[in-house]
Amino acid sequence: MLLKVAIKPTYIIERFDSCGIYLVGDILRLISMSNSIIRVENLVKKFNSFEAVSDVSFEVFEGETFGFLGPNGAGKTTTINALVTIAKPTSGKAYLNGFNVVENPGDVRRSIGIVFQDPSLDERLTAIDNLQFHGIIYNIDKQTRNKNIATMLDMMKLTERQNDLVRTFSGGMKRRLEIARGLIHEPKVLFLDEPTIGLDPQTRNYIWTYIDRLKERTGLTIFLTTHYMDEAENCDRIAIIDEGKIIALDTPENLKKMVGENIITLKTEDNDKAKKEIQDKFGISLKQRADAIRLEVSDGEKFVPKLIKETTVNIDYISLWKPTLDDVFLKLTGRAIREEKADASEQMRQRSRMWIKRR
Amino acid sequence: MNINHNAKGAYVIWLRELKRYWVDKPRIISSLAQPLLFLFILGTGLSRIGSSKLGIEFIFPGIIGMTLLFTSIFSAVSIVWDREFGFLKEVLVAPVSRTAVAIGKALGGASVAMIQGTLILLLAPFIGVVLNPIILIKLWSFMFLIAFSINSLGLIVAVRMKTMEGFQMVMNFFLFPMFLLSGALFPITSLPGWLSYLVRANPLTYGVDLLRQTLLGPHVAVFSPYFDLGFLICFAIIAISVAVIMFRTTE
Repeated sequence: MLLKVAIKPTYIIERFDSCGIYLVGDILRLISMSNSIIRVENLVKKFNSFEAVSDVSFEVFEGETFGFLGPNGAGKTTTINALVTIAKPTSGKAYLNGFNVVENPGDVRRSIGIVFQDPSLDERLTAIDNLQFHGIIYNIDKQTRNKNIATMLDMMKLTERQNDLVRTFSGGMKRRLEIARGLIHEPKVLFLDEPTIGLDPQTRNYIWTYIDRLKERTGLTIFLTTHYMDEAENCDRIAIIDEGKIIALDTPENLKKMVGENIITLKTEDNDKAKKEIQDKFGISLKQRADAIRLEVSDGEKFVPKLIKETTVNIDYISLWKPTLDDVFLKLTGRAIREEKADASEQMRQRSRMWIKRR
Repeated sequence: MNINHNAKGAYVIWLRELKRYWVDKPRIISSLAQPLLFLFILGTGLSRIGSSKLGIEFIFPGIIGMTLLFTSIFSAVSIVWDREFGFLKEVLVAPVSRTAVAIGKALGGASVAMIQGTLILLLAPFIGVVLNPIILIKLWSFMFLIAFSINSLGLIVAVRMKTMEGFQMVMNFFLFPMFLLSGALFPITSLPGWLSYLVRANPLTYGVDLLRQTLLGPHVAVFSPYFDLGFLICFAIIAISVAVIMFRTTE
């Protein structure tokens, strides 16, 4: 068992409130920090001589959305497989909800819900059968089962289709059904392995609105992997993983700060006058190129309106460039996302995706 | 994880097999086509050869055995796909023992195979074989035993298979030899030595022998029914045990 530091949230708030200097966000952060729900220590997973995960350590706190971002084959799914007790770690330790994943797999399994990268529904059964069977296998009593199934179907907007065969569902509906299923046994952590892979951009956004709604209503801890940079932005914290190692771990904002400031490029009627004005009013040193002014600020979106309001010179053109997680990855590894290697099981996976799309 | 919970797990896996089977009615019909072709075309052809022992009546129990064999193996091998892209993947991370999963799967596959076998058995009156309730109960018990044995054997083969590529190999080196060496289509008495050893090592041989003497009478028996039954029961116990162990030790 993990030793948990028991700090009562109310106690912290009372104390800090009397000081009157802490922000609510800081307090919430402190409370959540005290409860780590996943703890991984020096995890290593080898397949023969190939090291898929090499010496990875991190913690996930209760209630946060934690993302694993990295190219395909970086070791994301392998790490998840170790956490969900499918794969035995070669060395290192991992705890989930206080249980050791090697020593107490049963307790770990009861604490988690999983949505796999590949579909794992029974297409020849109805939606409700898939959910009921899941509930029985997790040994949930009938009353709780029916209640939870109704709640999840409603939350994922699938109630009307519950008696239809899953093979008649669209890709997005199947994903929603899988998310619903993963939550029927009331897990502490929901694992989403590439939750939107193989879906079109519109459906991807749609799935995310459902995940957001879920977070809002349940306060669930979500652990997700993705190789879509824009999706990683939805996480509270991100671990960037490459070749089996975590190369950075922080909030999306902080990660992006590693790359640099926001850059505003500006063209005006009178660049010299504008430049002087900005320097005087904001105290920012700026560079002037041939026909444009370039300035670096930390919070571009808030700065641009201020800039427009305060400048008396007419502005012809203004652009804001913000670093993305893509840039972070590029800076850290020196390259963009790698292409997937296709081994036998990968070929089978691709075939299955084609098969699924066709229907 | 208590016994009750695991029994529920096995029950769900079993129920799922039956529900899947029931939903896909076109497949039920099409999977009957092959045994019917064998029975009526091959059977009629064989009866023209001259030997009174051959013919539709003789191969009828063999065709039931074949139906049990093919349905069972297909059901077992489906775990390869199911484990990567199906419900089994999710079952394997549930807090339910692998033993329950393997037994549930073997029981489910066996039940489906039994239904398929029974559909062939319904043709008995057209072939001139008389059935009564006692014979029927005997036949069902034997069919279940055969189907359960072969399902367990199929699980052993499938559990370490990583891709469906191996399926063709299973067909050629496992399924067809088992079928042809079982005495389903021709008598196995007076076969040359090397062939008769292979025939005797094949569990389906004893299954077909058992079905045949139950349906047609003791004069067609090759082995004693107790020997057949004993062999099949031992085989079933060993096969399901090995399957369970392999299920438990596979990542």
